Amino acid sequence: MANTTSALPTRRRARSKLMMTLAVGSAGLGLLMLAIILGTLLFKGISGLNLAVFTEMTPPPGEEGGLLNAIFGSIVMTLIGIVIGTPISILAGTYLAEYGRYRRLAHIVRFINDILLSAPSIVVGLFVYEILVTTLGHFSGIAGAMALAILVIPIVVRTTEDMLRLVPDTLREAAASVGMPRWRMIVSIAYRAALTGITTGVLLAVARISGETAPLLFTALNNQFWSTNLNAPLASLPVVIFQFALSPYEDWQQLAWTGALLITLSVLTLSVFARMLTAKKAK
Amino acid sequence: MNAQTNVDTARNAGMKEKVSIRNLNFYYDQSKALKNINLPLYDRAVTAFIGPSGCGKSTLLRILNRIYELYPKQRAEGEVLMDGENILTSKESADSLRSKVGMVFQKPTPFPMSIYENIAFGIRLYEKLSKAEMDERVESALRRAALWDEVKDKLHTSGQGLSGGQQQRLCIARTVAVRPEVILFDEPCSALDPISTAKIEELIDELKVDYTIAIVTHNMQQAARCTNFAAFMYLGELIEFDTTEKLFTSPSMPKTQEYITGRFG
Repeated sequence: MANTTSALPTRRRARSKLMMTLAVGSAGLGLLMLAIILGTLLFKGISGLNLAVFTEMTPPPGEEGGLLNAIFGSIVMTLIGIVIGTPISILAGTYLAEYGRYRRLAHIVRFINDILLSAPSIVVGLFVYEILVTTLGHFSGIAGAMALAILVIPIVVRTTEDMLRLVPDTLREAAASVGMPRWRMIVSIAYRAALTGITTGVLLAVARISGETAPLLFTALNNQFWSTNLNAPLASLPVVIFQFALSPYEDWQQLAWTGALLITLSVLTLSVFARMLTAKKAK
Repeated sequence: MNAQTNVDTARNAGMKEKVSIRNLNFYYDQSKALKNINLPLYDRAVTAFIGPSGCGKSTLLRILNRIYELYPKQRAEGEVLMDGENILTSKESADSLRSKVGMVFQKPTPFPMSIYENIAFGIRLYEKLSKAEMDERVESALRRAALWDEVKDKLHTSGQGLSGGQQQRLCIARTVAVRPEVILFDEPCSALDPISTAKIEELIDELKVDYTIAIVTHNMQQAARCTNFAAFMYLGELIEFDTTEKLFTSPSMPKTQEYITGRFG
């Protein structure tokens, strides 16, 4: 009797230790990978970081240059993508959470939105290629921005709906009970209560699309020169990184590392900022 | 019958029926939650709806400002006459009806905005006032809800930063500010401590001078303390309606007797 009772805990303890070692080990392995990636990126990227990166255009192989046209293109397309995508998404999310909550249409829209959320971004790129690039006859910055806008939509629709659903129904009833019409309640009460959450969603969408390569390859393509023409091919950081990293030229590869570091840092900053917003809200 | 004699008592006292509920049935989808309710709400008096959980008293209250319409598959049949007009079928919008029939909920529900805005917002929906007039209205509403002295120095801070009892009084101020004719209270004190509860009860007592009030409560002492009439409901039916005094001292139905003496529910 005494034997079994003492034997059991020993075996259990051993098993518990094993499981814990496996779990901690896996977590550690994952973190290690991340640390290696970030470390390599930082190490290789930072050596190429100088003023020229922000002031000069992408160079032909063997010449000095920077990433200015790519940085500019990325910022412009990301901004337009967000500006087009956000209002549509917020309104659609509002429909799902407020007006259509009990309707069949809302279920269908939500289902399609979830599919869109997990659709490979290259498919979105091909879609815009067919719709805009082939009809216009050329690659363009605006086509790139459209592809990014389509990627923004499912993310922000989802966050908007989730955040509006967190607003308690008692608050909606309270608004109705002073005679407030529904649209007024949504604009003045529900949006206000959900503001930080929705903002966080938009920031995360910015982070997501600023690193997208595949949809831009089929739409904005690339441009070696300074261009502000949205109706012409436009450079972007991810596409330049893609092109330069695959090239055999060492100076191009160096610029690709630096560009990758820039994107990573800006996405990191945005994510941290988004988290700070959420944390502030939680208090 | 019984209900008839009560109506007579009240009529003799010279009281006017502000709201008359007639043959009212209510359904949640397929299930019937209220069965043929007939009940008056007298002007400038407080009427309590009492009864065990699930008896339909909150449902009844929520018909009076048609707030049930926010949800699908809920419907009311019958008549709810307010000043002679059936609010269930009238052309008046639910929004406009709700500006005349205010409601205070179980949990305090301040809007996510400043104390001042919490009150001004509702007023602005139906009236255009100058800054000075608005300031005056906000102050008088807060005074009415016995909250002014506690918040006058922080009117522009968030209403959600107040204590539970203060938030509930803010909600009452918000309701009063719109100048309704009827105020509905849905267990307004169930989330509050005894001191806040006493303050709210005192308020209700003062408010009945100007308004028709209906209150749902689980607290028998509260019903006895601050109401003039009481309706006892059970399983979706109105069992007995009478003056609070009569209903609590010598109820005519055995079921009422059992409930108020705490034998069930």
